[in-house]
Order: sequence, then C-alpha cells, then structure tokens
Amino acid sequence: MATSVLEHSAVHHAEAKSGLWSWITTVDHKRIGILYGASAFLFFLLGGIEAFVIRLQLMTADNTLVSPEFYNQLFTMHGTTMIFLGVMPLSAMFFNYFIPLQIGARDVVFPRLNAFSYWVFLLGGLFINAGFFFNAWPNAGWFGYANLTSAQYSPGLNTDFWVIGLQILGIASIAAAVNFFVTIINMRAPGMTLLRMPMFVWMSFITQILLLLAFPVITVALVFLMMDRHFGTHFFIPAGGGDPILWQHLFWIFGHPEVYILILPAFGIVSEILPVFSRKPLFGYTAMVFSGVFIAFLGFGVWSHHMFATGMGPFADAFFSLSTMLIAVPTGVKIFNWIGTIWGGSLQFKTPMYFALGFIAMFIIGGLSGVMHSSPPADLQQTDTYFVVAHFHYVLFGGSIFALTGGAYYWLPKMTGRMLNETAGKIHFWLMLIGFNLTFAPMHILGLNGMPRRVYTYPAGLGFEFWNGLETVGAAIIVVSQLVFIVNLIVSLRRPRNAPADPWHGATLEWSIPSPPQEFNFPEVPEVKSSIPLWDLRRELGSLPEPQRVSGAGIHLPNPSYYPLVAAIGVFVTLGGILFAQPHFPWYVITLTGVAVLFYGVYRWAFEPAG
Amino acid sequence: MSDAAAHAMHPPTSTGLDNRKVAIWAFIGSECLFFASLISTYLVYKGKSLVGPLPHEASQCMLHGQMQRCEGVFEVPLVTAGTAVLLFSSFFVVLALYGAQKGNRKMLLGWLSATVACGLFFVGMQVYEFTHFYHKGMGYGTNLFSSTFFTLTGFHGSHVTLGVIWLSTILFLAARGKLPPEKALNLELAALYWHFVDVVWIVIFPVVYLMR
Ligand SMILES: [Cu+2]
Repeated sequence: MATSVLEHSAVHHAEAKSGLWSWITTVDHKRIGILYGASAFLFFLLGGIEAFVIRLQLMTADNTLVSPEFYNQLFTMHGTTMIFLGVMPLSAMFFNYFIPLQIGARDVVFPRLNAFSYWVFLLGGLFINAGFFFNAWPNAGWFGYANLTSAQYSPGLNTDFWVIGLQILGIASIAAAVNFFVTIINMRAPGMTLLRMPMFVWMSFITQILLLLAFPVITVALVFLMMDRHFGTHFFIPAGGGDPILWQHLFWIFGHPEVYILILPAFGIVSEILPVFSRKPLFGYTAMVFSGVFIAFLGFGVWSHHMFATGMGPFADAFFSLSTMLIAVPTGVKIFNWIGTIWGGSLQFKTPMYFALGFIAMFIIGGLSGVMHSSPPADLQQTDTYFVVAHFHYVLFGGSIFALTGGAYYWLPKMTGRMLNETAGKIHFWLMLIGFNLTFAPMHILGLNGMPRRVYTYPAGLGFEFWNGLETVGAAIIVVSQLVFIVNLIVSLRRPRNAPADPWHGATLEWSIPSPPQEFNFPEVPEVKSSIPLWDLRRELGSLPEPQRVSGAGIHLPNPSYYPLVAAIGVFVTLGGILFAQPHFPWYVITLTGVAVLFYGVYRWAFEPAG
Repeated sequence: MSDAAAHAMHPPTSTGLDNRKVAIWAFIGSECLFFASLISTYLVYKGKSLVGPLPHEASQCMLHGQMQRCEGVFEVPLVTAGTAVLLFSSFFVVLALYGAQKGNRKMLLGWLSATVACGLFFVGMQVYEFTHFYHKGMGYGTNLFSSTFFTLTGFHGSHVTLGVIWLSTILFLAARGKLPPEKALNLELAALYWHFVDVVWIVIFPVVYLMR
C-alpha cells in the first residue's frame, strides 16, 4: 500500500498547475499543508464561534439565550473541534509544509499517503459536524465519559457522530504520523545528523511518536463504546458487569499524551522563532531535545491525574501525583532555555517574536496551575470547576494557539510569498493577549469560588455575575483580534508577492529558497554542517544572495493521484455505515461497500504506474 | 523504470534503512499499543462475568437462569493446532523470502503458498470456533468474557485475514513472474507484518486459553 517517492514519475513538472482537480489530486506536501491549514483554520473559527456563543450565554445570570441541550452540544463540539480539528491539524499544516523544507527534502517520504491523511481528516471533521444538521451534534463532552455515553443515557445519534468521527480522525492521525516519522528518520539532507535537526523538527518527531502510541488506545476505547451502543456488549455498562472507570483509564492513557501532541509542536515553533529574533542560536539545544523526549516519556505515566476524583486509593494517588510533578522539571528546563536564548540577544521585536514571548508568559501561568492540580487534595477542590477550564486554556490557548499564531506570522511569508502587515500583527497580538487574559484569568477566581463547568447557567447572587460579564467582554476582544488577523491575511493575499526568501534572517534551510518555494523545493539537495546552516553561510559570505527561481527540468516529482481520495472515501463510508446500525436495517451493505471502495483505492494506488 | 535505476537516481536514505521498512516498523509499534489495550481489557475483566458461559470449567456459574456447574467453552487442542500452524507459517514465509531473494522461483511459490494455506487454516479454525461458541449460547454481548474474547481474537483474526490477502496478492504477482529478486522487499514487508501478527498470537494464546 505504502509507496515511497522512490517510485515516482519521470515526467517533468515544468508547467504551473492550478484548478480544482490539481488540488484534489495533489501529492505535494506544500499544497497539502495549505489544505490542512485552510480547513483547520475554518474549523478553528467554527470552534471559536461555539465558544463565543457559550460566553454570550454565560454573560449574565439565569440567561436563556441557548437551551441546556444546545449548551451541551456547544461545549462538547467546542472542545472536540479545537483539539482534533483546530490545533492538531494546524500543527499538521506546519509539519507538512516545513518538515520537508527544514530537513532539505523534496517531499515527505510517502506523498500519496500524505494526501490520504488529509482527505481522511477532512471527511472525519465534516462527519462529526454533520450531526448538526440532524439536531444530533455530539453532546456528551469531548472526553465522552461512560456511562453518560451509553445507549441508555445518550439515545439519539449525537454520540454516534462523535464516536465514529473520532475513529475516522484517528486513522488520519496514525497514517500521517507514520509518514512524518519515516520522513524525519530517512529524508534528512546530507550532514543533517539527528542533533543538527531544527528544534521544530525534533519536537514534531516526538509528537509523531506520541501519535503512534496514543491513538491506538483511544481507538480501542471508541470501539468498545461503539459495541456497547450498537452491538449489545457491556464494556462500560455496570448492569452487565462493565466498569465505566475503564473508559476513563483508556481515554486518559490517550488523553494525556494528547496534551503533549498539542503542545510539543508549539514548543518547536517557539524554539524556532526565539533564536531568529534574538540573533542567537537556541540556548541548550541538547537539553531542549532531551527534555522534550523526557516529557513525552513521562507523559505516558501520568494519565490518572485526570482521575483523582474517582477514588483510586493512596498508592495510585501518590504515584500519579509524583509523576505529574516530575514533568514540571523538563518543562522548566525548556522555559529556562528559552529565557537563556533571548538573554543578551539582539532582540528584533517583530510580530512572531511578540507571540513567542506571549506564549512563554501565558504557558508559565498554565503550567503553574497544572502543578497545583497534581496534588490530589487540591485537585479534588478544583475538579469540575472553572479553575480547570482556566488551566487548560492557559496551556492550550495561551500556549498552543499563541505559538501557532506566532508560527503563522513567521512562516506565512514563506508559504504565500507575501509579508503580513506588522502593525496589524501587533494589534492582533495585543488584542489577543488582553482578550485572552480577560476571558480566562477570572475563571481561576470563579473556579475557586465553586462555579462548576459544563453547566448552562448560574443563579444570580452567588457573586459570579461580574467575572462572567468581564469574561464575555474578553471573548469579544478575542473575536476582534481574529478579525484583524483575517483582514491582514486577505489584504496580504491580494497584493503581489513581496516576500524575500529570507525576511527574518532565519537560520534554517527553508529560508534558503524563494518564497513561496518552487514545486521541487531545492534545485540541489543542500549539505548541512550544523543546526544553523544559513547563519554559517551568512558568516562565510557576509550576506546571502537572493535565490533565483530556476527551471525544474530534470527534477523528478511524484505523479498526482486521486486514489488517496478514493481510499479516504472508502474509510469514511466503511465507518460511516455503522451510524445506521439498527436491528433490521442492512447497514452492513453500506459498510461493505465502503470496504470495497477502500480496497479498490488501495489496490489502484499500489499498482499505479510508477512513471 | 526499473527499481534498480530508481535507486541509482536517489541519494540513499539518511539511515540506510529502506523507507517502507521503517514505516512498517512504526506501524507495528502503533499496533502493539492497540493489542496491548485489548489484552489489558481482557485481563481486567477476567473472572468478572455475571453469567456463563465461561472460558474454563467452574463449579458455580449462572447459566440459563440458574446457578450450576459450567463446563469451559475452550477447545484447547484445536486452538493449539491452529497456533502451531500459525507459528510454522512464520517459518515458511522466511523460506519464501529466501527463495525470492535468491531468485529461486520454486522455493518462493511453494513456501509462499504454504504460508497462505496456514493463514487460511488459522482463519478457518477461528470461524469454526466462533460458530461453535455461538451455538453454545455465547453471543457477542452475552457476558464480559464473550465480549472481550470476541473483540480481542476477532481483531487478531481480521489482522490475519488482511495478512492472507496481502500475501495472496504477492503470491499472485510472483506466479506471474513479477517478483524478481530486486523486488523481494515487497515480500519482506508483508512478512514483517505477518511475523508481528504471529507474535501477538503468541501472547494471546497463553493469556486467553491457558491462564486460569
Ligand atoms: Cu494530563
């Protein structure tokens, strides 16, 4: 099934390709990256709208803007969307576009598998959201705790859309992870040893390993849940001897590594931005690598800190409490290394740098409240309150989203060939920073005062009104900040290309080629002698000449193909058919049709002429 | 364009390992966690079934609405035979690969056919076993044992089935002379997967059938 770039076409791709069909059949990692980015940004905006409606509902006490039922759908889809359809695929955009460029490769190792991952992701995202049109948006929380998700307590298709959609998305994630894992291991330019890889590549590499090891676990949990709902089993149903707590174990064995899947790419982006805008190499490169590895390793041994409230007993509580506190050590190493990087540097205050610095500050706050949760007695007080909501928004919004936005300002000129407006970028930053803190800082107070999460309203007179009103104002400011970004992006895209190859004096290989890069990336495979190849060259030559666009004649690129899309549709129909699993309904006809389409796609793909 | 020519035109991989081989290893790593989750669940729910049938003989169990002595459902000799056949198939696929690499067509076709036959035997054994259990009143949702058992061995069986389809495809190509020694890697990848599926069974067999 998997075919490498070794088997590719000898056809020369001199002519520019455009049009819808060229996007449907593309196997170019840069185009797939753009597809990931565009789709994920739209999902991100959708998740943002959901959040804003939540904030409008909570703006005043006893509000009736939305029904309790719809509120459940809103917070479930907000969490699910932001994690699986927002942050993860936004990271995947950068993996796709910049891992090959940063390691000096012409594409990922399996370009068609890459297209397959994207299409499966897109179809999975659409599937989960399709419930909306049947008044069946998922509504049992992004964590889907048993036995709320059982057929008894969640009749209707809401949870089925969620269960099946997440399984589809899991397939996309694992396929992509295999691809990037092998790409980073095997496609590095000559001279790029593991310890010369850019830090973004390193953190992405660790993320792929986490994806490979964490996603199978949730897949199994989702299979059990699906069987409980449709095929009469009792994996999580106490009446049949099942234990709902098993769901929590399986879910969080996936769920905690998932946290690092969301944050490690952000660590990588920030570790790219800070050195460039400090004009200093990354401080403590090796310590950065090994602290990342250590975080990922420990990340598999802390899952039950999400479960202190289930009463696991003193031994388990102590173990998971200590292992969680231990993670603060490598995380602290990273923070000190970032500070060491900017220390004494010649700081360039451009928009990406603003976001990277904002990331450090916000992430520290989120990290500190995280350490508070690692203590079971404190955690018991905070469980299911807004304090927890404050915590994970400081790490996921203040952390991941700030870093991803910084990454967008840093790398979009390379992707689009157009600079973004600096003033608008800084307005974006300040609005987002202020709006973010107004929204989420008061949640610490509300949480400690006992305001529960996931409840659609609160009565007047408990002292919750002021802070909730303020939070909604903050959320409105975040909305405005995103509008500033969208306008900035659209205005820049409508201008002619104006980005030089290396607008920021970057240190890594992606800045050595024109913006946007040509289809083949590198006319000649570069050679690397350190982790900062461009700075080496700059020192050698005094300044870098602007690279010219060259004819790609003689450079072999993989053929476009639509079989990845066919196979992805096969996956979609196979799993989607289970949505119709009712007694006396031949749902398996749909599923078997999907299997047939999948096999057809995979076989045609495997035997596609090599050139 | 021949494979040899393709190799000549490309720089070797950073590690010298073949890309597709590293990919299969990464996938196998991922699959380990998949089966680990299934096996753990089986063990967590071992002995927690509220009603029979049960895997092993029990003096007290709830069956057909009354407490009674229950026989175990497992037919260990049959499954032992299936296990042995599956283990042999791992050996056979190594011989087939050797034949492919040496360009020994007779060895390749003979041992690869034997591997596929072994896989089919194993799948057949499982189909028989599942049907037999079903007739004994052990449906998928009957109790925790039946659910965890069918899910675990069912997923393993579907992996074996996929392996049989993959190996049969290669056998079909090989029979038409489309597996020259320089393409032996195509078989090696399938063989790696096949070995993995066997190894998983080596864990499942004692844990499910022998452990009481
Ligand atoms: Cu956690």
